[in-house]
Amino acid sequence: MSAERPHITDEDALRETAALREVWAEPTGIVGFFSNVSHTAIGLRYVVTALVFFLLGGIEALLMRIQLARPENRFLGPDQYNQIFTVHGSTMMFLFAVPVMEGMAVYLIPLMVGTRNVAFPRLNAFGYYMFLCGGLMVYAFFFINAGPDAGWFAYTPLSGPQYSPGKRVDVWAQMITFTEVSALAVATELIVTILKMRAPGMSLNRMPLYVWSMLVQSFMVIFAMPAVIVCTTLLILDRLVGTHFFNPAEGGDPLLWQHLFWFFGHPEVYLIFIPALGFVSTIVGTFSRRRVFGYMPLVLSLVATAFLGFGLWVHHMFATGIPQLGESYFTAASMMIAIPSGVQIFCWLGTLWTGRLRFKTPLLFVLGFVAIFVIGGLSGVMLASVPIDLQVHDTFFVVAHFHYVLIGGAVFPLFGAFFFWFPKATGRMMDDRLGRVTFWLLFVGFNLTFFPMHQLGLRGMPRRVYTYPAEMGWGPLNLLATVGAFVMAVAVVLFLVNAAMSLRAGVVAGRDPWAGETLEWSIPSPTPEYGFLFLPTVSGRSAMWDARPDQPVVTGLRNDRREILVTNTVEATPHHREVLPGPTIWPFASAVTLCALLVASIFSPRAVPWLVLPVGISLLGWFWPRGKPPVPAPEEHRVRARPPRLSADTP
Amino acid sequence: MSAWQSALDAAGPQAERIARLWWVFLAVCAAVYALVIGFLFAALARRRGDPAPRPADAEATASPTSDRGLTRAVATATAATALILFILLVASVGTGKALSEHGDPNALYIELTGHQWWWQATYQDPSPSQQFETANEIHIPVGRPVIFILTSSDVIHSFWVPNLSGKIDLIPTHRNTIWIRADKPGVYRGQCAEFCGLQHANMALRVVAESPTQFEAWRRAQVEPAPAPDTPDKQHGQQVFTSLPCAMCHTIRGTGAGGRTAPDLTHLATRSTIAAGILPNTRGHLAGWILDAQGVKPGAAMPPNVLPPDDLQSLLDYLGSLQ
Repeated sequence: MSAERPHITDEDALRETAALREVWAEPTGIVGFFSNVSHTAIGLRYVVTALVFFLLGGIEALLMRIQLARPENRFLGPDQYNQIFTVHGSTMMFLFAVPVMEGMAVYLIPLMVGTRNVAFPRLNAFGYYMFLCGGLMVYAFFFINAGPDAGWFAYTPLSGPQYSPGKRVDVWAQMITFTEVSALAVATELIVTILKMRAPGMSLNRMPLYVWSMLVQSFMVIFAMPAVIVCTTLLILDRLVGTHFFNPAEGGDPLLWQHLFWFFGHPEVYLIFIPALGFVSTIVGTFSRRRVFGYMPLVLSLVATAFLGFGLWVHHMFATGIPQLGESYFTAASMMIAIPSGVQIFCWLGTLWTGRLRFKTPLLFVLGFVAIFVIGGLSGVMLASVPIDLQVHDTFFVVAHFHYVLIGGAVFPLFGAFFFWFPKATGRMMDDRLGRVTFWLLFVGFNLTFFPMHQLGLRGMPRRVYTYPAEMGWGPLNLLATVGAFVMAVAVVLFLVNAAMSLRAGVVAGRDPWAGETLEWSIPSPTPEYGFLFLPTVSGRSAMWDARPDQPVVTGLRNDRREILVTNTVEATPHHREVLPGPTIWPFASAVTLCALLVASIFSPRAVPWLVLPVGISLLGWFWPRGKPPVPAPEEHRVRARPPRLSADTP
Repeated sequence: MSAWQSALDAAGPQAERIARLWWVFLAVCAAVYALVIGFLFAALARRRGDPAPRPADAEATASPTSDRGLTRAVATATAATALILFILLVASVGTGKALSEHGDPNALYIELTGHQWWWQATYQDPSPSQQFETANEIHIPVGRPVIFILTSSDVIHSFWVPNLSGKIDLIPTHRNTIWIRADKPGVYRGQCAEFCGLQHANMALRVVAESPTQFEAWRRAQVEPAPAPDTPDKQHGQQVFTSLPCAMCHTIRGTGAGGRTAPDLTHLATRSTIAAGILPNTRGHLAGWILDAQGVKPGAAMPPNVLPPDDLQSLLDYLGSLQ
């Protein structure tokens, strides 16, 4: 501790705590609940809402498995079955997997980079309510037997006005609109948070791997979403105002849909998978008690995966009659994605090899991830081969493949992440013994469910069939898969029981129960509303492990308003101070009115001009200038903010 | 008979090449998986009993020497991955090329059109009088390549007979082609592989591969119009058919029934199944299908029919005579 730096006394800390608590207080009451713009609250709402959709999607999966458990079953009719598999796929992709990853990031990223909230907190709240509205809308229609029924990728012309009359597909397309808005909102705020709000000292090459994964994922969102915005908008125009973009009879082309959709749809898979890679790196490092081996190759692999992910959409379309040269290109591109994936697996294996392991539940889930995801990756290499794909495309082999990749690649790390960060969000540990049981049930149940599906696909069972004749001989393997699905369901219930019990009576966690590597472990659990008492600084790649005993903190920020420090993009040197906006009801109002507009537009185009009024009013309320301009005048902030005084912290 | 609808029980060169490629991929992938999991377990076993765990800190990072070893190991594994992928790529592209060449000018051409939810097959011939149409059951000669020209009248379907070949989509306004050859006589089941709506699950077909002489006999019979009813009962049956809505959708060549939106029934009695491969073509199933198709295949275009028992029996007699 150097003599020239002033110490922060306990009195200073108490005064600061009281001031921050007041200025960052989360509003209370019903209006307050919907006005909250805190990233911890919004992040948790994302996660909890997405988990509710996960349960609904899981129930749909069980219904399908019951129907397929034996040949010629009459448990569900074709119309019910088609709605259920469409809603299952759409729920799991758009209402669970992507939002839950976004929610985790909204909660964790500001803490990991050492700031107090996401950039654009109101946009963040708006994005959450859009997602919520979209999900509620789909399920409202689903429960009145008007759920979408054209599959989660809704191929035209089946999803067009002629073959899907009624409102079902419109509901689906509007739901995509809702989730697009929400994903774009989160991507924007995460990019700005990550690039401009990192703690001093956290240069780009010191960013935690999870932060890297979310930065890459957010850029992917921004490049992938326009394609799906175009294709669902064109579909809605075809359906509602009689355009013919996809109508072959009028010169439209049904294949256009597939190109546009998969140009988005393939990266969509990586939007789910790349954040999970960040979880894996974090957990592997922490539970190997060493820095993850191969920081640079891991980062480059994430970036390479993101780039390649945009160049292989046609492997979803090999059976549509693509010229051979084109097919070969997309085969090569699809196989190439195995290289960055392989590099990551090798780096984690190397870390485990040289680390001193602690076999806690989060690590178990990551080990399960390796065992399952590698199978999914290898079956992906098989599917990249055009001849093999032509046999198993659109069969249960593909169903097996993408569940191995998505459940193995994303849900297992996600569950690991839940066990890992639960103490940070709640202040209590989840039960480790129950966690192990959950893991083994989920692992065994998963393989029982999905491994036989490879075999079913090779033996000719197409996907999306609501029934099959007994003579096909698919009955026994299907029954096995159904049994497995129920084992998985037990595991999920056990997880929920564990979470509920731990919330009330779990072991109190303290700041840093895992000896973690990143900044969120330096603050109390559960996370205080202001996050860090003093914004931290970083002196190494592992913020916590590399922290010196007298690691300085940032002082000199005003504590009578929501002020944060903005730093430079690459080096994260202090640049200026910025005031973040506080709670307000307007983002919620804007989301609700926009939701009303979008839903009503399904029924009448006239809804658009009329309902634009309330949307406009809400937005006016949101953006109406109030009080003093939030940013200090340039000369003023230059004097005050450069450089913020760095002083030593008493731990 | 060969395994029903299996991609790994090949009955022709296309499916056989793909199956061979599949086994190569499977062997390579299984070996890679075994290696990865082997290393995983070795890594776990290696440190399980560490006697003196220290708290995580910067010093806990393994020594630079062991990290140098790791760098070499990861680089080697990555290079091996790239090499294996390249070999698989070459094997895959080579197989793909072989699949597209049949090199036989004497191929049989069949135009296959997908409908919700049945298959319309038109056998092509240079002379128009030798062309004919059938549905859901495609006879082909063993040993001779058959080129399918595929399109759809409504939504996208996919033609897939796994024992013979991979699948290809039937897309409205597009014309895809695929060639197959059966080297073993037999009946091969296939079904639609692209989700096409309510009855996607019940859109099957059969490919009957038979000797060239048998095929020729079958073909000659199919070209002919339907046999004229030879008893008063069958004549009544024909009358029932042509006077009811049946004739608005179905064709029976040689009669007034010329509907074009449903399967051609000219030689219905020669087919082994009805309702697109779903029911055996027996008198009882046919009766059930005529009276209440929606009970079997909800959503199909075939409407329910109310027929007096006598009319129904005559109709069944007549349809049963359409050899």
